[in-house]
Amino acid sequence: MSKLMEGSQAVAKVVNLCEPAVVSAYPITPQTHIVEDLAKYKADGKAKYEYIRAESEFAAASVVLGASATGVRTYTATSSQGLLLMTEVLFNIAGMRLPVVLTCANRAVSAPISIWNDQQDAMTVRDSGWIMFFAEDNQEAVDLHPIAYKVSEATRLPVMVNMDGFILTHTYEPIDLPSEAQLKKFLPKYQPEKGQFLDVHDPKSLGCFATPDDYMEIRRDLFDDMKSSEKIIKQEFSNYKKIFKRGSNGLTEYYGHKKADMVFVAMGSVVGTVKEAVDELNDQGLKCGVLKLKVFRPFPVQEVVSKLSGVKKVAVLEKAVSIGAEGVLAGEVKACLNSPKQKIQSFIVGLGGRDVTRKNIKSLYKKIQQKNNKTVFSG
Amino acid sequence: MKNKLACDPGTSRNNKTGSWRTYKPVIDKEKCIGCGRCEMVCPEGCVYNTRKKNKAQKEYRAVDYDYCKGCGLCAKECPVGAIKMVLEEK
Repeated sequence: MSKLMEGSQAVAKVVNLCEPAVVSAYPITPQTHIVEDLAKYKADGKAKYEYIRAESEFAAASVVLGASATGVRTYTATSSQGLLLMTEVLFNIAGMRLPVVLTCANRAVSAPISIWNDQQDAMTVRDSGWIMFFAEDNQEAVDLHPIAYKVSEATRLPVMVNMDGFILTHTYEPIDLPSEAQLKKFLPKYQPEKGQFLDVHDPKSLGCFATPDDYMEIRRDLFDDMKSSEKIIKQEFSNYKKIFKRGSNGLTEYYGHKKADMVFVAMGSVVGTVKEAVDELNDQGLKCGVLKLKVFRPFPVQEVVSKLSGVKKVAVLEKAVSIGAEGVLAGEVKACLNSPKQKIQSFIVGLGGRDVTRKNIKSLYKKIQQKNNKTVFSG
Repeated sequence: MKNKLACDPGTSRNNKTGSWRTYKPVIDKEKCIGCGRCEMVCPEGCVYNTRKKNKAQKEYRAVDYDYCKGCGLCAKECPVGAIKMVLEEK
C-alpha cells in the first residue's frame, strides 16, 4: 500500500529494513534527512545497527570500510563535497572488495558554492570501482537500495545509489515500501566469504601491500568483475520485479517512438521531464524517444548500442561536465557508437539547481538539427 | 573474483628487512650501562634486552640483525657511546 512520504524518509525506512549492522555518516545537505531519520530510529530503539557519528565524511567512509571488513552489512550517505572528501576511501573500499552501500544525494560541487542539485559529484568518482545506480523517482530510489545490497554482496563490489538532491530527497511522493516479510524473501542475511574478513578467532590482514608482481592482476580482476556484474544486476532487477511487481529488467529503459530518429539520453530525475517533452514532440508528429540509464557503472555498452544504433540524432542530456572535454555521459555514449551517419551531441543542463523545463528540452530538438557539434549549455 | 585479498597476519616477519642496511650498530657490551634507551628508541623494535649481565653487573642489550635497518638512532641516543655504526661488508 502506498503512503505519502519524503524521498529521504522513504530511503531511511528501507535502509533500516535491510538491517545493516553499522551506519556511519556526517551530515551534509541535501542528504541530511536520511541519516537524521536513521539516527532517530536508533535513538527510539527501532533499529539494530550501531550508529557511529563521524567527524568528517572521510571518517564516515573509513568507519564503514572498517566495519564492512569485519564481514557485516554497512551503510552511509553523503552529497557533493562530502563525496569528494570520501574519494580516497571510495577507492579503498572498492579495491578491498567490500560490499558497502552508499546513497549519494546528488548536489553541485564548489566553487561557486551551491547546495542545489546536479550530478557532478557522482560523475567525478566514476572511476573508483563502485557500481552506480541512478534513480528517476523516489519509488525507484527505494527499490534500488535492497537491490544494491543484494548485488553488492554477490559481486563484492560497493554500490552507490544516486538520487537527485532536493528534486527527489525533499519531495513527497506516494511510496510503496516493501514489507519486512517480502524483503526477507528477496534479501537474505549477509554471509561473508569464509576467511576473507577480519575475525578475532581466525586472524587475517586486509588491505595489504601489493608489489608490481600482483597489483595489475588485482586491478584487472576488479575491472573484469565490474564488467561481468551486468549479468548479476539484471538478474536481481528481475528477481525484485517478480516479488514486488515493479521495476524493469534492463540496465536502461526506453520510452517514446518505436522508430525514433532523435533520442535523448539522460539519467536521474530529469528523465521524468524528458518523457513529458518527448510526448509533446511526438504529438507534433515528430519521432522522438528517451533512453534512461538506470545503471552508469558498469556502463551498459550493449544496451546503448542496441537502442541507439541507427538513430540519426542522439542528444545526451546531463547535469555534469568534464571541464576541457564535454559532458561525461556524452563522451561515454560516443565511445560505444561510431557511425558517421549519426550525430551525437552533448547538452549540459541543470547545473547547480537550474530548472530543466520541458520547453528547454524541446528546444534541443531544434538545436541538434544545426550543423555544429559543440557542447551546448542549455537553459 | 579470482584473487583472494585476505592475507595471513604476521607476514612482516617473513620479510627480513635487515638486508636494507648499510651501517650496522655494534654494541660494546662491557660499556653498556643497561639503561634501555636504545631499546626504547628503536623504531623497528629490534634492540632487545639479553637478560645477561656484563662484568659491571648490567643487563646489556643486543640487536636483532634480521630486521635492523641500520637507522642509527640507538647509536645516536646511547648516553655512554657504547654503540658504534660500522659499515656493513657484504
